[in-house]
Amino acid sequence: MEAEQSFSDICGGRLALQRRYYSPSCREFCVSCPRLSLRSLTAVTCTVWLAAYGLFTLCEKSMILSAAIFITLLGLLGYLHFVKIDQETLLIIDSLGIQMTSSYASGKESTTFIEMGKVKDLVINEAIYMQKVIYYLCILLKDPVEPHGISQVVPVFQSAKPRLDCLIEVYRSCQEILAHQKATSASP
Amino acid sequence: MVLKAFFPTCCASADSGLLVGRWVPEQSSAVVLAVVHFPFIPIQVKELLAQVQQASRVGVAVLGTWCHRRQESEESLGHFLEGLSAIFSHEPWLQLCRERGSKFWSCKATHRQVPASPGAPGQDQVMLIFYDQRKVLLSQLHPPAALPDHQAGDATASAGGLAAVFDTVARSEVLFRSDQFDEGPVRLSHWQSEGVEASILVELAKQASGPICLLLACLLSLISAASTSRVFKLWPLSFIWSKLSTCEQLRHRLGQLTLIFSTQKAENPAQLMRKANMLVSVFLDVALGLALLSWLHGKDRIGQLADALVPVADHVAEELQHLLQWLMGAPAGLKMNRALDQVLGRFFLYHIHLWINIIALLTFHIYCFYVYGARLYCMKICGLSSLWRLFRGKKWNVLRQRVDSCSYDLDQLFIGTLLFTILVFLLPTTALYYLVFTLLRLLVVTVQGLIHLLVDLVNSLPLYSLGLRLCRPYRLAAGVKFRVLEHEAGRPLRLLMQINPLPYSRVVHTYRLPSCGCHPKHSWGSLCRKLFFGELIYPWRQRGDKQD
Repeated sequence: MEAEQSFSDICGGRLALQRRYYSPSCREFCVSCPRLSLRSLTAVTCTVWLAAYGLFTLCEKSMILSAAIFITLLGLLGYLHFVKIDQETLLIIDSLGIQMTSSYASGKESTTFIEMGKVKDLVINEAIYMQKVIYYLCILLKDPVEPHGISQVVPVFQSAKPRLDCLIEVYRSCQEILAHQKATSASP
Repeated sequence: MVLKAFFPTCCASADSGLLVGRWVPEQSSAVVLAVVHFPFIPIQVKELLAQVQQASRVGVAVLGTWCHRRQESEESLGHFLEGLSAIFSHEPWLQLCRERGSKFWSCKATHRQVPASPGAPGQDQVMLIFYDQRKVLLSQLHPPAALPDHQAGDATASAGGLAAVFDTVARSEVLFRSDQFDEGPVRLSHWQSEGVEASILVELAKQASGPICLLLACLLSLISAASTSRVFKLWPLSFIWSKLSTCEQLRHRLGQLTLIFSTQKAENPAQLMRKANMLVSVFLDVALGLALLSWLHGKDRIGQLADALVPVADHVAEELQHLLQWLMGAPAGLKMNRALDQVLGRFFLYHIHLWINIIALLTFHIYCFYVYGARLYCMKICGLSSLWRLFRGKKWNVLRQRVDSCSYDLDQLFIGTLLFTILVFLLPTTALYYLVFTLLRLLVVTVQGLIHLLVDLVNSLPLYSLGLRLCRPYRLAAGVKFRVLEHEAGRPLRLLMQINPLPYSRVVHTYRLPSCGCHPKHSWGSLCRKLFFGELIYPWRQRGDKQD
């Protein structure tokens, strides 16, 4: 079962949340971030090239211009491959674990899988981010030493930063699975 | 809990038979290792499993049946398979079935004993997870950094479900030794059933490595015994040995080679990686050295370099002379004390005159100037601080290591104040000389430091591990990742488990070799403090040197 809804992130950009229910024990949530805007790309390129042209008129070396083109290309490739995240996915599988995937604009994917035995709970936390107070979804990991302690807090959807309404949808869905998981693991 | 069945991708197209593997009750997961095909005699199957269990210490058992319906009319097979559950009893009994030409499977897991609570069903939900047997066998899982107050034993005991899967497959290598061409009593299907993988070169290397290691180990022990003999302990030879960085590097490499060629087998994968890394590092070192030598020898570059060196030394000395002339004049518009200026300037100029004639020691005079300048400045600062205390009517109490008040006589105060003013007005001149020479010295130290860093890099970079991560990323695993395969409602969920390789930064961090590392022992704060008070800086200390 697939459903798509549109939400907004903390800066006001448009996000799309895609939900896929594969089975009662497996669900996937995919948040897609706003794409690279042509306007900002043009603005950055123009600034760099104007600066290079200014230097060129001062120094009369044509290597500055080719260096500027080179830098722009490399910078764009580096940005697309290492910085710009297109989509963030959360896959939750009952009694197996939670998997978070970030796919970059260049196609690279980076995945983290957390086993269900290590997951204590999934909560929505509040945080002060610059001048804003924002909500973020995070996974609490169990502390192996102390049974009631928390060893790590892993935030989810870090680049997309959706707002509370989107987070509540994801939270409710995941809690259904986690509750089922806790019920079955508690019984002998 | 949902029952997880880990099924190898190589067996997905195998004929019908029995599923053989390990059942992990804590995670409710069944790890299927192989499929036993018809015809078989149950006693022989049980014997084989007992043998494998003894050899590998893994609880291998018959987990259930696998049915691959190639034709439509194989209903009788289904009944036959159900009868097998009476012969090989296992709790729960897994039944996997695949239709011909269909991507979707049907799975059933039945419990023989009816559970005590009436509501629970006798059947469990099954989730299929496909895994690549060869990659999982060869890979090594790197768990995230363990907490410092943990012992290694705890970590393996509480290992997660996936570590248990990797462990099971890795330890059951004995099961994968026979292939379909063997004349054994039981016909198995697994990743090596098409033919056992082996490489002639690897086998030959393994055979040859024994005697070669023995020979080289003897040779290296002779060399190290010779180097620790009494002759080399006499001064000044021992002093020279400890100062020259070449000797330090040679000693480091000798230690590494002894470790590589020792006749002991590596106990765990980490040690094996370390040996491999050291070997590659030694090869790279030798290769770089040979390349540099051949480049130098070609086109008489050594001659050219030597010819260029003497004028460079002369140039440096000339620049230093110009610098001192500038200092003796009115540098940067500052008005210096004439007499002191002349004395200091002439003192340093004489040294340049001496050195320019001996050897082209490029920077030794810079070092000497720095030392003189620093000592002079240091004395000045000491005098100034003591007289400043006198000026305020205080005294340094050596016994209690603190500043105390003190009543001075009038003549003491008078002379003290006079000396204080003299020192204060001579301060800019000394400080300027000190500043200039310290900057030059820091420049030289930076260049030395960069070369040192480069040597350290070649020594400690784990190239074999990086190469392995590049070419065979599944060997170094940080974890796993799952992909949901095509799904149909009502059918069991199918997932594909792939290996998530370790990021490059963690590879370097985990497998970095210990360097003969001389690290700067100053933090930036203490460095600035030493510079301000004129204490001498020795940035690079070899290990084992006494503190200054």
